[in-house]
Amino acid sequence: MTALIHHFTFEFKTGLRNSTLLLMNYLFPLAFYAMMGLVMTQINPLFRESMIPAMVVFATMSSALLGLPGPLVESREAGIYRSYKINGVPAVAILGMPALTTVFHVLIVSIIIALTGNPLFGGQAPVDWMGFALVTLVAVLCCASIGALIGVIAKDSRAVVLLSQLVYLPSMLLGGLMIPLTVLPESVRPFAMLLPASHAMQAYTGLAYGQETALAPMGSLLVLISSGLLSLGLAIYLFNWDSRNSARRGHPLMALLALVPYIVALIVTL
Amino acid sequence: MKSYAIEVRDFRKIYGDFVAVDGVNFVVERGEVFGLLGPNGAGKTSTLECLEGIRQPTAGHLDVLGIDPARDARKLHALIGVQLQTSGLPGNMKVDEAMAFICAYHRTAPRYDLLDRLGLAEKRESQYEGLSVGQQRRLALALAIAHRPQVLFLDEPTAGLDVGSRTELHQLIRELQTEGTTIVLATHDMAEAEKMADRVAILLRGRVVATGSPRELTATGDGFTKVSVRTEQSVLCTNGTEFPAVHQHSVKDDYAIYFSVDPGPTVSAILRYLEGTTDRLIDLRVERPSLEERFLEITNTGGVA
Repeated sequence: MTALIHHFTFEFKTGLRNSTLLLMNYLFPLAFYAMMGLVMTQINPLFRESMIPAMVVFATMSSALLGLPGPLVESREAGIYRSYKINGVPAVAILGMPALTTVFHVLIVSIIIALTGNPLFGGQAPVDWMGFALVTLVAVLCCASIGALIGVIAKDSRAVVLLSQLVYLPSMLLGGLMIPLTVLPESVRPFAMLLPASHAMQAYTGLAYGQETALAPMGSLLVLISSGLLSLGLAIYLFNWDSRNSARRGHPLMALLALVPYIVALIVTL
Repeated sequence: MKSYAIEVRDFRKIYGDFVAVDGVNFVVERGEVFGLLGPNGAGKTSTLECLEGIRQPTAGHLDVLGIDPARDARKLHALIGVQLQTSGLPGNMKVDEAMAFICAYHRTAPRYDLLDRLGLAEKRESQYEGLSVGQQRRLALALAIAHRPQVLFLDEPTAGLDVGSRTELHQLIRELQTEGTTIVLATHDMAEAEKMADRVAILLRGRVVATGSPRELTATGDGFTKVSVRTEQSVLCTNGTEFPAVHQHSVKDDYAIYFSVDPGPTVSAILRYLEGTTDRLIDLRVERPSLEERFLEITNTGGVA
């Protein structure tokens, strides 16, 4: 237990000491939140209705998809995991601690956004704060697991950026952060349903704001939970201690299995 | 309890088409400092990494403290200490944090005294990325021995260290050995191996080509004794006089150097010769060949010397 506390404390501090992580965990999402609050609410007053969950999802994706995977790959390339392995640090802790501290960083930013969104920018506050907290926790855990999986399967530092962007950019465009899912063209909507951001926004709309949704909010929550668990399991299974050691338990393409809950949800709603 | 700490039998390691280690056998006794020597690519690091449980052997039997490293690496890691040739810590991890972190996973109290001992007292609040290469290696060593391992693997431990740190490290190795720690030392530094190791194995192209104590190894081979002579007028360096039992003759830094199979008659003949000249003897040394010279002899002949 002492070891895990040391590990968690160190990883949490890393999120503040490392300039890239500080940017992705705090500066980027909070600056974007301030900009959207000041500008977007003036351009499109309807944005106020979804501003708080949208900015929380944005902060989640910045930390979990852009911030988390890179250091995992860099650590593997730098031989840090080799040092960890010979000193008895388990793979679960190597993946779990950065993911867990990412969750904490995102929760701090989420609380800031949730508490200031209404008084500063007129963002609509959730009607059910418990629902809001539940969806936030599930969405953050899900995205952190996906981030860990990306960090595990990415071959090198360049590949990790591409893989992260493969989830991040479509999520920004189609995930319901800027444009509600119901407004998207019919032909694009199936693609949107393959993204965790879409399901998070649907769950927020239904469970935190009590509004009608295109997808069943509990179904979306279930998709996020199962996707998070599947991603974490795959990340642990595919984890490789050493970039020089080619032996690994499964092919990186196995990571596509993490899409199964989204595909099932898509098939069910068709 | 087995008398040996490590047993390696018919060990092979193959990467794709490349055979890195090809049927290696050796045993390391408990409490021994065992040197693993060889040129780059000889298979030293592959052997060490398989013994440490970092890599899987292709074939053969490996036993470290009664544990198969390939099957039970976690159990093994509690009993061994490893200073890797290429390893690292997170750049923003402070020296003190690293000690606390690693010791916590080994379930032992942090050994901050080792940081002081290894000259890192003033760097305890520094981040890993701010340390010099030598300081990083000293920290790696401190972390490797902090949990008082039964077997310690050191891969090029003195690379990048200054003379003072090197001497301190050698002293530390001796102390650990006195406490009963078995130490496996992979190094390019022959002087270090000769000084520190009780026994060595010389690896060449993935095979062990010689084993024994440094004294045994330097006494075998061609059996030459090196006779170095320096005179005032350097008459021996220029006239190429031949002396009995001399196999090879060369000149280096004003010294005439003779490799003799029987140094007694050679030295007598040199002294008699000098008495007959106007030259005056300044220095005369009779030395066994160093481990480095023996190593070069072995590696240059492809391991058949």
